[in-house]
Amino acid sequence: MKKVLEGSMAIADGVRMAAPHVISAYPITPQTHIVEHLSQMVADGDLEAEFIMVESEHTAASVVLGASACGVRTYTATASQGLLYMEEVIYNIAGMRFPVVLTVANRAISAPINIWNDMQDAMAIRDTGAIMLVAENNQEAYDMHIQAFKIAENPDVMLPVVVNVDGFVLTHTFEVVETIDDIKKVKDYLPPLNMKYKLDVNNPYSFGTVGEPSVYMESRFNLFNAMNLSKKVIVESAQEYEEMFGKFHGALIDTYKMDDAKTVIVAMGSVLGTIKDVVDELRESGKKVGVLKIRSFRPFPEDEIVAVVQNTQNLIVIEKAISPGKGGILSMEIRDVLYKHKVTSINVNGYTLGLGGRDITPKNIYDLILRAEKEENVDGEFIGLMQQQYL
Amino acid sequence: MLLTKEETHAQLFTMGHTGCSGCAQSMAVKLILEVLGKNTIATTATGCLEVFSTRYPESSWRIPWIHSLFENSAAVASGIEAALKAMGKKEDTTVIAQAGDGGTADIGLQALSGMFERNHDVLYICYDNGAYMNTGYQRSGLTPFDAYTTTSPSGKKSFGNSRPKKYMPEIAIAHRIPYTAVASAGYPIDLQKKVKKAKSIKGSKYLQIDVPCVPGWKYEPRYSVKIAQLAVQTGLYPLFEAEYDKIISVKKISKKTPVEEYLKLQGRFKHLFKDEAGRAEIEKIQKIADENIERYGLI
Repeated sequence: MKKVLEGSMAIADGVRMAAPHVISAYPITPQTHIVEHLSQMVADGDLEAEFIMVESEHTAASVVLGASACGVRTYTATASQGLLYMEEVIYNIAGMRFPVVLTVANRAISAPINIWNDMQDAMAIRDTGAIMLVAENNQEAYDMHIQAFKIAENPDVMLPVVVNVDGFVLTHTFEVVETIDDIKKVKDYLPPLNMKYKLDVNNPYSFGTVGEPSVYMESRFNLFNAMNLSKKVIVESAQEYEEMFGKFHGALIDTYKMDDAKTVIVAMGSVLGTIKDVVDELRESGKKVGVLKIRSFRPFPEDEIVAVVQNTQNLIVIEKAISPGKGGILSMEIRDVLYKHKVTSINVNGYTLGLGGRDITPKNIYDLILRAEKEENVDGEFIGLMQQQYL
Repeated sequence: MLLTKEETHAQLFTMGHTGCSGCAQSMAVKLILEVLGKNTIATTATGCLEVFSTRYPESSWRIPWIHSLFENSAAVASGIEAALKAMGKKEDTTVIAQAGDGGTADIGLQALSGMFERNHDVLYICYDNGAYMNTGYQRSGLTPFDAYTTTSPSGKKSFGNSRPKKYMPEIAIAHRIPYTAVASAGYPIDLQKKVKKAKSIKGSKYLQIDVPCVPGWKYEPRYSVKIAQLAVQTGLYPLFEAEYDKIISVKKISKKTPVEEYLKLQGRFKHLFKDEAGRAEIEKIQKIADENIERYGLI
């Protein structure tokens, strides 16, 4: 059924469809609407789950860790400072291979404190061992949450999945979203969680034991491998979803008007909408531009990127996060992939935009496309600075 | 009491772990699991117990057991309880959360307070050996007054830990949880009685156990029980039970003992026996014991 839904409502409804048994959360803007909607669903009897409202994000993540260890489906959501506070636990969840699903309503990091959108929070948990997907719009946010549980719970994967949705831009914005009417169909897509190893009095296991130098590396190797195996699972989960529900937003990546494109803009999340509008306009005037959407940031879609950029001349990486002392983070990874695959003919320019909720305008994008052919190896240049008196 | 080979092998906390000889914590764990039985799920904070009982691929736990992090034992247990409820299995299963004094009263206090306030049906057990023994005897919020630790050393300008022990059981009581108890590895029957009672009560329970530590307190392994008993008989470690905000029982001191008898057996207090200034410090410790006796009506 088509509805006009706030992003947070769409996410909460997607989570309801996946029917987690235990949800735990601590409020932080702009995640709050998601957990408010879920609380209401539990209060109204529309979702049968234990909803544990806790005293911190560290505990929220720890509660879902404990519940997941018992073999039940679990969910939490956070943003920004809350995600940083959770980070220790996310490493632990990934290390013990529990399939927790976590929404991050992407938001800037303090200081200065700022509640608005960018992706610095997500970048801070890049190496935790959690799969990191990024949604472009509310429809994808809805669909991606249902897929996230399927990916996390695959026996070859068994890793937490973080679904990134841009704070406010998606979480607080209303769009048309087509939801699934029949929850039974979701159950066919996403069968009940069946964990081989769990806390069970009839078959006791020890979890989180000491990993001495003789075994620690093997444990990390297995996690690394699972992350690589998850690529296939992410692709299959997207394909199967399309077959059953008719919605496809890409798998590890998605491409837009890239076939003959000489200049391609690479980005993640809601900014893709603005970029696609600009590309549509430029295409009408005959300019060969396209868009590469990174849908899975971890695992990083290395082969998929290389396969689609072969014939391009310029890549423009637009990102809402930065590594101070280096430059763009996504652009660093794109360059690494190209170098590794000996694709040396492509000019990569990386730009920093939209930090702390600064608008990214169509003109910003348009200007960067014009600059692409004239500049080489830009690394993290800040675009859209306004307050000259503070510089 | 000697156990047969079969009985030894049937224990839920089995032999083969790498705890120190004379480790009072491992004694307490054994006593607790004897009472709780196999339908128990345990969390354990980072610390000695986790390290000496689960060196992969070995584990001493014959019950489902999980260690996550240092500060979240209570939070992980809250999640386990919630999952059991969701599966309809809570009625048959006891959930315990375990931690040392640092994992309880310092870094884990927030998560513990949250668990209490939400009244999860969990028995939280604090094994109190009065310092961060696992990392090499650094002070914690439960280190006693004047005890030597590696971060509260005695010296020309110091008599050791400058602050008294935090009254952690009273913090638990302040949450108005159904049951709070203090026990000692020196009194196993009293300890087991309290565990049994805790098991029978729904909601959050707090049990703090005095567990002497051979290398941290610096005494001979054979004195573990004796020192634990002296802590009670001097009044330095009052044993009591509370239901909600009311203290319902105290273990009376049967043979009142000066604190000196307790202190002199332990290397962590030996600096107090060097000179007159040290004697004045011992008087201060005696005052703490006397105040406990008065406050809890131990005599």
